Amino acid sequence: MIDMIVLNDVSKRFMSDRSVKDKAGKPHWFTAVQPTSLRIKKGEIFGLMGYSGAGKSTLLRLINLLERPDGGQVIIDDEDLTSLSASDLRVARHNIGMIFQQFNLMSNRTVYDNIAFNLKVAGYPSKDIHARVMACLDIVDLNDRAQHYPAQLSGGQKQRVGIARAIAPNPKVLLADEPTSALDPATTRSLLTCLRDINEKLGVTIVIVTHEMSVIRRLCNRVALLHQGELLEVADISDGAIQATTPIGQGLILED
Amino acid sequence: MIISAALSESIAKLLTMKKEILQALLDTFIMLGISTTVAILIGGIFGIFLFLSSDRQFLQNKTAYAILGGITNFVRAFPFVILMIAMSPFTKAIVGTGIGPIAASLVLAIAGSFYFARLVEQNLREVPRGIIEATESMGAPPFTIIKVLLNEARSGIVSSVTILSISLLSFSAAAGMIGGGGLGDLAIRYGYYRYQTEVMVFIVILLSVMVILIQAGGNLLAQRLDKR
Repeated sequence: MIDMIVLNDVSKRFMSDRSVKDKAGKPHWFTAVQPTSLRIKKGEIFGLMGYSGAGKSTLLRLINLLERPDGGQVIIDDEDLTSLSASDLRVARHNIGMIFQQFNLMSNRTVYDNIAFNLKVAGYPSKDIHARVMACLDIVDLNDRAQHYPAQLSGGQKQRVGIARAIAPNPKVLLADEPTSALDPATTRSLLTCLRDINEKLGVTIVIVTHEMSVIRRLCNRVALLHQGELLEVADISDGAIQATTPIGQGLILED
Repeated sequence: MIISAALSESIAKLLTMKKEILQALLDTFIMLGISTTVAILIGGIFGIFLFLSSDRQFLQNKTAYAILGGITNFVRAFPFVILMIAMSPFTKAIVGTGIGPIAASLVLAIAGSFYFARLVEQNLREVPRGIIEATESMGAPPFTIIKVLLNEARSGIVSSVTILSISLLSFSAAAGMIGGGGLGDLAIRYGYYRYQTEVMVFIVILLSVMVILIQAGGNLLAQRLDKR
């Protein structure tokens, strides 16, 4: 199988609170992601799992360079994003959709306009935008909500708008940052079904960050287990069973 | 009986001043119209750059933010009347005169711009960071992100325009003191220096009605635009 996402030794550290300085008077740095290498195959659903502070969200945000890595390469579909100019990176991002825990929909635009906005940004031909918006709403089963504003929707509906918006320009990759953490269990189930359908029908490679083991079991083909900024191991999942070999990894998958 | 007689006498006095009052009202509208429009444009752009150059935004630049913020604080520190005097060589160079409603508009516009810049900066700061990130993740260019920011902050910005125009209305009364004309000027010249209390009372009522209307209109529009 072909690799869709290749991370070569990517790392990221942040300056913690500026007021906190060490004895030498230098600001304190906090390593969110230690040098990490990872290969994610085309068409798979890949999980990033760990306790809070494990660096899983940062690792996800390194994939579309929302956080620029301090070192290493991010290669998506054979293109090294870290070497691109700002304008080429914007073009590359049209191929990487993203959904968020807090949905991040534009509150002053209707559901329809939220989706159409992403299509315009991606340079989609304007005559095709209407049909594409309706098709995406159909995929997430929200045709009757096109003219609603996000505030008029439930959490699950908002996330489905987020998905419709993200997949509208036909991206190759969908990044999902804790997409179900703000949702109740029943809504989570229907959302996971929705993500699986998109993966199967459209062939989109999905990378999902979560701290919920049940989400990983139901959805993912493989999962990276992370702890304190370090990649412990990549475990295969078959029929909901995960084979972890490291002690902390085994502890992680026993959760819930 | 005595009260109604006094009232009709006051109204009669006011009617003899109809021309002056209308002229003052016109001058006030000119000052308010010019200065608010200019302040929205200049202050709006300045406020956007203040916000974008601040910490964690995509034009983040400590030096630029310090300079822009410093200029803003400096201008805002001037008491309005002193700003008017300090700017008089500048207004003379531009409009040819240091007095009158047009000259006053210029000073009002400058004072209003920096006031509005801070209000807009604050309005933009209220847009959830995640919305900017989502827009960035789509590959939107900076100008598009700014448009999204303004659209998300639009209700707050309308409220800021309301506050701005009411402040400028009040400043314009002070501008009257040094030859700006307008309602505030009339109230002081007739109502205070010439002891015509009825002129002062009438103008205060007129100004109050204007403030009430601006505020009500602003609130209504802000509410209509807010879909959050």
